[in-house]
Amino acid sequence: MENRIRVLLLSAALVMAGCSSLTWRDAKPEAAPEPAGGGAGETPVVIEPQVERREIKPAKIDTENWEAGLTVGSLSVEDFEVNVVYGARIAYHINEDFFAEGIIGQSDAGLSSFERLSGGAPLLTDSERRFTYYSLGFGWNALPGEIFLGGRRALNSTVYLTLGAGSTRFAGGDRFTLTAGAGLRVLVRDWLAVHLDMRDHVHEIDVLGKNKTSHNYEATLSLTAFF
Amino acid sequence: MARLLACALLLCFAVAAGQARAEGLEVIVVDPYLELRTGPGRGFPIVHVVERGERVRVLKRRTDWFHLRDADGREGWVHKSQMLETLVPAGTRMQIDDPAREDFTAHRREAGLLIGDFGGANVITAYGAYAFNAHLSGELAVSHILGNFSDGEAAAVGVTHVPVPEWRIQPFLSMGTGMLRIQPKGTLVQTPARTDQFAYVGGGLRAYLARRFILRAEYKEYVVFTDRDENEEANEWKIGFAFFF
Repeated sequence: MENRIRVLLLSAALVMAGCSSLTWRDAKPEAAPEPAGGGAGETPVVIEPQVERREIKPAKIDTENWEAGLTVGSLSVEDFEVNVVYGARIAYHINEDFFAEGIIGQSDAGLSSFERLSGGAPLLTDSERRFTYYSLGFGWNALPGEIFLGGRRALNSTVYLTLGAGSTRFAGGDRFTLTAGAGLRVLVRDWLAVHLDMRDHVHEIDVLGKNKTSHNYEATLSLTAFF
Repeated sequence: MARLLACALLLCFAVAAGQARAEGLEVIVVDPYLELRTGPGRGFPIVHVVERGERVRVLKRRTDWFHLRDADGREGWVHKSQMLETLVPAGTRMQIDDPAREDFTAHRREAGLLIGDFGGANVITAYGAYAFNAHLSGELAVSHILGNFSDGEAAAVGVTHVPVPEWRIQPFLSMGTGMLRIQPKGTLVQTPARTDQFAYVGGGLRAYLARRFILRAEYKEYVVFTDRDENEEANEWKIGFAFFF
């Protein structure tokens, strides 16, 4: 019972508050013209110009901070020969000095000297011999400059250093991998670049019986587009 | 046939790219002069100068550099600092809306990449977050755990709370849950993989770097609910970069 009374009182208060706000809103425009009407004879009437302001939306400027492309090269898998590697890369240019970069790649490792000389059973199956990696990291455009072709042509270029971390899947397991490298980027067109990269993928591996640090050097050529 | 198609596609792309380059935004130079460089960087030489009052076309932008073409068709790159005062033909300032410090306080979406240590193993985490308000946001994260004795993947959903979003370096608290799959590494014995649920609590710091970039460091305590007699506990620390948009 008490509850019902409280609800009644509250709703009554709410209705009153609503009404008062309505009357206040209505009263405002009525009250406003009064002084203007009273002094119409003496003070000049301000005329509101009936011109609509033009909304100007300038064209958006094309920003090109992303760069993506494909990679081909050779990868030396430690103890397992040098093989062709295919990959892809994507980069975001934060400013003229730094960029964030992601790379992926895949290669099929060959036979180790042990397997070749002993002639025994292979250490790895074909699927374990597939070397795939990804790495995410940063690059620093250390030496921006130009490459001169003859006397009349100059192409913008940069020598950069990269550092990244990621994972390598090889010999039946994923391995935490640090990737360090240096590269040369040459802009053939404003939007098209050719990269020459040297990288080292470093990870721990125990495939030959003992845990060791494996260095896998990679030299690649990439074609990338800015967008 | 496929080669022909590829050629046609490439041609279309080239034509489209060419058309896009012919457009651009016409602006009037307000700075005393603009220095046109051969490339988008402070080390490239200045080869032309455009004076105040001249009209130039902004073709594209790369990081803080604008590629311009003047009325005589000469092209070059100009730094943002010289473009801030420049007007569009309608008489208004050219809009260069770059994210700034204020957007760090009020941003909605965030994504990043962290690297660290999870119970003695290396961990790489990618995450995305959506802010419900300035204090509270929801997060989704996937992790790749790479250890000497086991590998694993984890997916987590959680919430983070930022008590003071106005600060440049923001402390935050987080909690959440997810699934963890661990595959023990064995050269001799093949052990089956385990999938368990986990819960975490943690905290960390987010620091505004520049533009839309954040440095993030965090620590988390995990409890993994195993089907054995005892639950497992693990702690994790990570550091990395994120950006907001």
